[in-house]
This record gives sequence, structure tokens and C-alpha cells, in this order.
Amino acid sequence: MSNIIVIAEVRGGSLKRPSLEAITAAQQLATASGGQVIAIACGNGIDAATSELAGTSKVIAIDGAGFANYSGDAWAKAIVEQVKANNGAAVLMAHTAMGKDLLPRVSGLLDTGVITDVVSVSCDDGTFGARKPVFGGKATMTIRATKSPFCATIRPNNFEAASGSSGEVAKVDAPSGDMLSVVKEIIAAGGGTTPLAEAKVVVAGGRGLKAPEKFKLIEELAAAFGPGVAAVGASRAVVDAGWRPHSEQVGQTGKVVSPPLYFAIGISGAIQHLAGMRTAGTIVAINKDADAPIFKVADFGIVGDAFEVVPALTKAIAEVVANR
Amino acid sequence: MDIVVCIKRVPATDTTIKIAADGKSIETTGVSFEMNAYDEFALEQALRIKEQLGTGTVTALTIGPELAQKVMRDALARGADKAVLLTTDDWIYDGAATAQTLATWLAANPCQLVLCGKQAVDSDNNQLPGNLAARLGFACITEVNKLEVADDTFTAERDIEGAREIVTCKTPAVISCNKGLNEPRYANLKGIMGAKKKPLEVSAADLPTPAMEIVSLELPPARAEGRIIGEGADAVPALIEALRNEAKVI
Repeated sequence: MSNIIVIAEVRGGSLKRPSLEAITAAQQLATASGGQVIAIACGNGIDAATSELAGTSKVIAIDGAGFANYSGDAWAKAIVEQVKANNGAAVLMAHTAMGKDLLPRVSGLLDTGVITDVVSVSCDDGTFGARKPVFGGKATMTIRATKSPFCATIRPNNFEAASGSSGEVAKVDAPSGDMLSVVKEIIAAGGGTTPLAEAKVVVAGGRGLKAPEKFKLIEELAAAFGPGVAAVGASRAVVDAGWRPHSEQVGQTGKVVSPPLYFAIGISGAIQHLAGMRTAGTIVAINKDADAPIFKVADFGIVGDAFEVVPALTKAIAEVVANR
Repeated sequence: MDIVVCIKRVPATDTTIKIAADGKSIETTGVSFEMNAYDEFALEQALRIKEQLGTGTVTALTIGPELAQKVMRDALARGADKAVLLTTDDWIYDGAATAQTLATWLAANPCQLVLCGKQAVDSDNNQLPGNLAARLGFACITEVNKLEVADDTFTAERDIEGAREIVTCKTPAVISCNKGLNEPRYANLKGIMGAKKKPLEVSAADLPTPAMEIVSLELPPARAEGRIIGEGADAVPALIEALRNEAKVI
């Protein structure tokens, strides 16, 4: 019997939530293909994390000091052995920094390809398929795999997290040595920043803010939602101008995001920006120019000066959050 | 150090996408094409490494239509020593097939470093660097924002969720470049003139069986028309009301 494998991501001993969303996608494939969902996790001391892998029939923990630090090549090699030993017909992972690094390498070792950033998966008569945004979100492609196993990274915030019981854990000793690349150090970003792609709310700012220091308004609105909820985003114009880091850019040469709630503040709405956020649940635009293209995709708009509107909005959101 | 830079010719990022009659590709009439934005950072980094080491070669490598010669000439004008175009008329969306083709070329033309953009802005599939590295048995670091080289060792910095990673590896390696790694140079007149004399090898690509096939390509559904709530800060209470009771998101 062929199975659906999920590579779970464990960082600092904690299971990353997008891995549970990938399990939900795997469950859909398992239902359609008749296989079981098997999770593979790598790391050093990952017992607590592997016990949280809800919705799986079996968990393979490749655990040990040799895997204390991430190495794309060493981890891929160990994972591929388990994919083969467990008859993996499909291999899924969350579309995170690790997923984007690891699954392409796994797919190369398996002499197949990977479809990345997918928003839905399918299995018809044993043929796996997926849908994914292309051209920075300007179009959606439906793809069918023609080689096996089928590999895909799953866009965060797009499937519900799996719940229920976790499978029995089978431990495998992590090999040591023999690493081509290895992570030497992880430097945490200050202030508990919420990752853009996983944020429930994105507050994005653009040229309309007039100066880099005015992004404080954007940061304050994001902070008003409480810790871990909102992330700051930026238009390409302000990233290219050096006001904000590229990691915050939303759009075709930045990130494509689909949070439940998106604020575009002082952003006119260039085509490549709209492509990167048009799948958000609810879009709010605040702009001085009533004719700005951003209002064409926004659910709710306020025409006005960001310096006047945003502080009032921040105060109002803070009150809503405080009264919850 | 001999460096190969993988480059893709893609539609300009300000292109309005229209779906072609086959329902699987885009209408290319009137579309302007350019070097994939992320590949510009890879090419620039290759040139800087060559300048730093004072030795080595930079080869620009692409798979694409005959028309991709223009992008390859641009790479030569910016400073690449040599360009190689493996031709195909098909749209290259399957990174695994690309990786397999490039791996075959790289096996016959050894180098110590392959630099790529982190992804192509058309297919957005960011699988080539890792897939290629696996096939070559090279080390791989993806989406780097900083890259230093000393002898045969690379030290790179990349963003992960809520943190930065410092990653090291030795040659041979595949490294993919993110925006912000450097400020790419443009070709100057001297470079453009000089590029005409540099070698540009063109031969047919020998593409393998694809790992995936396109079923359809569609434009995203249009969003329902929204509304202007009001003007200025006075509109904030009405916005809060709409977010809470209509959209139910706060």
C-alpha cells in the first residue's frame, strides 16, 4: 500500500503549526488514494513535538545529536530512505523557509519534482495534482504529477490544522557527520515578530507614508492586534527605496500572502502588489487618492490621510482587543 | 573559482497576464521579457566573487527560446565571460526537468559554484536550486541575503520565520540568491560593445520526460466590489463595525 508522507518541521523543540496544516492536506490525499498519513520529523530531542502530530497513523522520529542543526543535504538523505521504506506515494511539507529548502532536495534525490506553495491538492485514479499561484499570484495553475512520488509544499494559512490523535512514534537514530551544508547559528529577530506568510493579519504600508520613520504607525497598528497576530508588510516601492527589509515585501518579487485580514495603507496598488495580496480574506485600503487602484480590490476603503486615520484605527482596534 | 549563473527569461513584472487560447499558457503578444529579477542578484554576486578572488570565470546558462539570446547578451554586457543557451520553444515551468537538463550540462562542464535566483517570477516554483544540487551531489544554501567566500568555504545568511540563519558549506555548491543580497549593476556602453565579441553558444536543449504537466491556467476569480466607508478618521467607527459584524474578522 502506498502512503502519504508529511515532513513535519520542528524548530527549537516545537512543532511548527503549518506542519499540522500540511497533515490536513495529506489526509485529503490519503482518503482519495487509500493510503495512510505518516509523518517524518527530524531533530535532536523532539519527543514533545512528535507527540503533537495529530491526524497521523505513524510518526517516524529521526532523532539524535547528529541532527541538532539543520542540514538540507543530510536531512534529505535520511528522509528519502524513510520515504522509500514506507512506500511514499506523495511527500508534503509546509511552504516555509525549511520546506522550500528541504523538499526540492528530497525531490531531486527521488528523481522527481516538487510543486511549491500549493493551495489545494487532489488525487484522481491514483494521479496526484495541485493548484498553485503563478506569476506572483496573477494566475493560478492546476498541475498533474507525471512522476512518482508526488511532492508538494503547502501554503500556510490555507488548510485547517489537523486535530485528533497522533500515530505511534518509531525512532530512528539520526546519522552524524557527512554534512555538506549546516546551520551554524540562528539569530532571533527582536520583538517576537510574526512571520508574514503565517500572520492572521497583515498591515502593509507604502509610499503614502512619505518617510521610513512613519512606518511606526504601521507597526503600532500591527501591535494593537496583540502578540503573534499581525505582521508588517511593505510595497515594493518602499523596499526598493531602502525603507523596509525585503522580507516584508508583498507582491511579485516579494511574498504572496493570504491572511484573513489585510490592510493596505498608503499603497496605490501596482499590479504586482495586487497579485501578492488579492487572495486575502478581507482587504481594507486607506489612501488619500480616491482613484487609487487599491480601492478596486478592497472590501472596505477609507479615503484620507494615513497620519490621521491610522492612529484613530489603532486606538479603536486596541479597544476591541482589550474588550474581548 | 569557475561560476555558472542560471538565468531565466521571464515576462516583465509589470505585465498584465492574459491566458492564451490553449488555456495552459499566457498570451505573449505584446509582452516584454526580461532577465528574471532574482537572477540579476545571482549574476551580480558571481561578478563580485570573481572580482574579489581576482581569478576564475563567470558563465551565464539558460534554457529558453532563441529570443533568450537578448537576455544572454545582457548578461555578457554586465560582465559574464561566456553565455550558453539551450534552446526549446516550450514554456519551462517544470523545474525538475530543468534541473535534470542543467545537471547533464554541468556534469560535462564542471564548476565550483552554481548561483541561481531563488525562484523564477513566472512559474514561482523555487525548486531548481535544491533539485539541481541533489542531482549533482553539491552542497546547497537557498534564498541567501548575505554571502561571503573565503578559500573554498561559503558563509551565508538567510531569513527563516522570525529569525536569521547562518549557514556554511564548501565548494562545490549551489546557492540561490534573494533580493537584497546586492545592488545589481547595469550594462554600460563599453560592456554592451564588448559583449558582441564574447562567446554565446546556442544548442538545442535535450529535455527529459517532465515530472509534471499543466492541466489549466486561470486568472484568479475577481473580488466582489467593495465600498468606500467614508473619509478621514471619522470613518473609523464605521470600519470597525464592518470588520466586526459584516466581515467578522475582528
